[in-house]
Amino acid sequence: VEQLLQHLVNGLVLGGTYALLGIGLTLIFGLMSVVNFAHGEFYTLGAYAAFATLALAGLPFFAALVVAIAAGSLLGAICERLLLRPLRGHSIDTIMLVMIGVWIAMQNAELLTWGGVARSIPHPFPTAPLTLGPLSIAPLRMFVVVTAAVIIALAWLGIHTTRLGTAMRATFQDRDTAALMGVPIGRIHTITFAFGSALAAAAGALLGPVFLVYPSMGDLASLKAFSVVILGGLGNLAGATLGGLLLGVAEELGAGYVSSGYRDAVGFVAIILVLMFRPAGLFARAERIG
Amino acid sequence: MLKRLAPTALVALMTLTLLPAGGDAQAPIKIGVIEPLSGPVAASGNYIRMGAEIARDWINARGGVNGRKVELVIEDNKSDPKEAASAAEKLIVRDKVPAIMGAWGSSMTLAAMPKLEEYGVPMVVETSSAASITKRGNPWVFRISPPSEMEALGLEQYVDRLGVKKADFLAVNTEWGRGSIQAFGDMLKKKGVQIGAAEFMEQAATDMNAQITKIKATGGDTLFLTTAVEQITLVLKQGQEQRLTRKIVTTGGSSSPTQLIKQAGAAAEGSYHIVFFMPWFPEAMPDAKLAKAFVDEWNKRGNPFEGLTEGFRGHDGIATIVEAIKTAGKDEPKAIQDALWKVSLTGVNGPIKFEKDGPAGRESGQSKPSIFVVQVRDGKVALPDFMKK
Repeated sequence: VEQLLQHLVNGLVLGGTYALLGIGLTLIFGLMSVVNFAHGEFYTLGAYAAFATLALAGLPFFAALVVAIAAGSLLGAICERLLLRPLRGHSIDTIMLVMIGVWIAMQNAELLTWGGVARSIPHPFPTAPLTLGPLSIAPLRMFVVVTAAVIIALAWLGIHTTRLGTAMRATFQDRDTAALMGVPIGRIHTITFAFGSALAAAAGALLGPVFLVYPSMGDLASLKAFSVVILGGLGNLAGATLGGLLLGVAEELGAGYVSSGYRDAVGFVAIILVLMFRPAGLFARAERIG
Repeated sequence: MLKRLAPTALVALMTLTLLPAGGDAQAPIKIGVIEPLSGPVAASGNYIRMGAEIARDWINARGGVNGRKVELVIEDNKSDPKEAASAAEKLIVRDKVPAIMGAWGSSMTLAAMPKLEEYGVPMVVETSSAASITKRGNPWVFRISPPSEMEALGLEQYVDRLGVKKADFLAVNTEWGRGSIQAFGDMLKKKGVQIGAAEFMEQAATDMNAQITKIKATGGDTLFLTTAVEQITLVLKQGQEQRLTRKIVTTGGSSSPTQLIKQAGAAAEGSYHIVFFMPWFPEAMPDAKLAKAFVDEWNKRGNPFEGLTEGFRGHDGIATIVEAIKTAGKDEPKAIQDALWKVSLTGVNGPIKFEKDGPAGRESGQSKPSIFVVQVRDGKVALPDFMKK
């Protein structure tokens, strides 16, 4: 039982990080219909931004998060403005190919800038775990989960309660009508992409100190983010959050009680089962956008 | 006017570029190198390239081989088996290299091997440790790195001194990791050691908490860890977070303890590492003078110190090929293959000499490298007491 509890705690903590990765992608994927293969690279960008702020400049942890979010949204905005805006209205395949190009270019730029050797980011938290009876969790991970929850809540509020959020949802429900109502749709696209990229970069800055930072770290992050988005339903923030937690717990229990060699397989089997019974994702409503 | 001139100019250009760069006797001897220079294990591949370049420069400074300079033709296999096969083909067909060193990972080496047989070109394998490489009946393969069985046997003499009573395993889910658990498990069982859990992790996995929670429950005293240095770092850190109190022994020789101390900090304290080169104690290596010279040259070039535990392989691989070319007296693939069987030299790791391995009549060459154990103590790499001469 103690082991089961520890597995559940591990799974929820891991799932929280998957959720953070998933929400940025679900916005871009679900609202803009852009299959953003470069999502993992914005995650890597955030991690390297945190590395530069914490390890090289010696600034506090909070500053690292701010720098990462700034870098992510800036590059995201540039990317949308230069590459995606000229292609608006083109087929999803063309845009997919462009995003694959962005993925390869960004990953190689990271390799060129930082080299292939993995780096670790120093963090101000004690390494001794917080313990409750037989359970233990690292203070850093606790902080990551809490911050992730706050970021997810802020993102949800932003989209559902502000004027900008309403404009975003309107644009992606019906672009022409939104334009007629005076919504500047070009700017909304740029802001959405920048926002999604900033969320990925924030995830990178939070998780960089937990794991290691290296140029190909984004590949696994992309894979998990896509799984979470498909599990939760496109464009659905609450779905991505719950999907992330579900995937984390499924993987953890699979590794703990089936076989650690099939850890990822257990996660994907869970996804296949969900898609068999709810093809639009776990939490999709009937009137899903798109 | 321009239109009429263009073909003439083209022909002139082609003639110029196709002219041989000099007499044949003066042309350098080419040696092909296939390493992962980009992708997830790029750091290791680049360290091996640096080591190979030191060997090349030393050989050329001594006047080359058979009166000719040595030139390395280096190809990137992008940490990908498919690329390893096409790199081998490119080196053989386009660059016409008479011998190759490569290709780091077992899966990459295995993918390149059919090309060696197809064109009849020998390859010195510097890193890969899957047993199958020398068991497939490919007579063009000569390995200077130890397969897992050999590594396990090398550790056998220290098992009692390490105080291993019950062992758990955590390995990367590849041919290397699975082979390593098999080999070390067999050796430990023979020594009467109890075996607890055998857990796996995907090559790119970053969260190993599930495996650690499971291992914690077995009540063993030693954890054998087999994977690349990045994942070792993560396991050490996450083990500390979960209060995993075990002796940790890493296998495979790619663990780079210096890098672990830098990145895992206190979590690396007390861990043991099987390595094939001890740059911290060159005086304890079989050829102390060569080891010292190699470390000095590496530092002089500004190469990162943590790369030395990989970099020496590049030196030893190139030195082995050059020795064979010298014995053969010419740079023809078949002659080099024959000469490799006669090679006997001392590299940075120790003596290199090939013995037959694999199905009779089609044997591959396997050298028996030296194996060492170091420990992280007080934030530094130290020789365990049982390793002191």
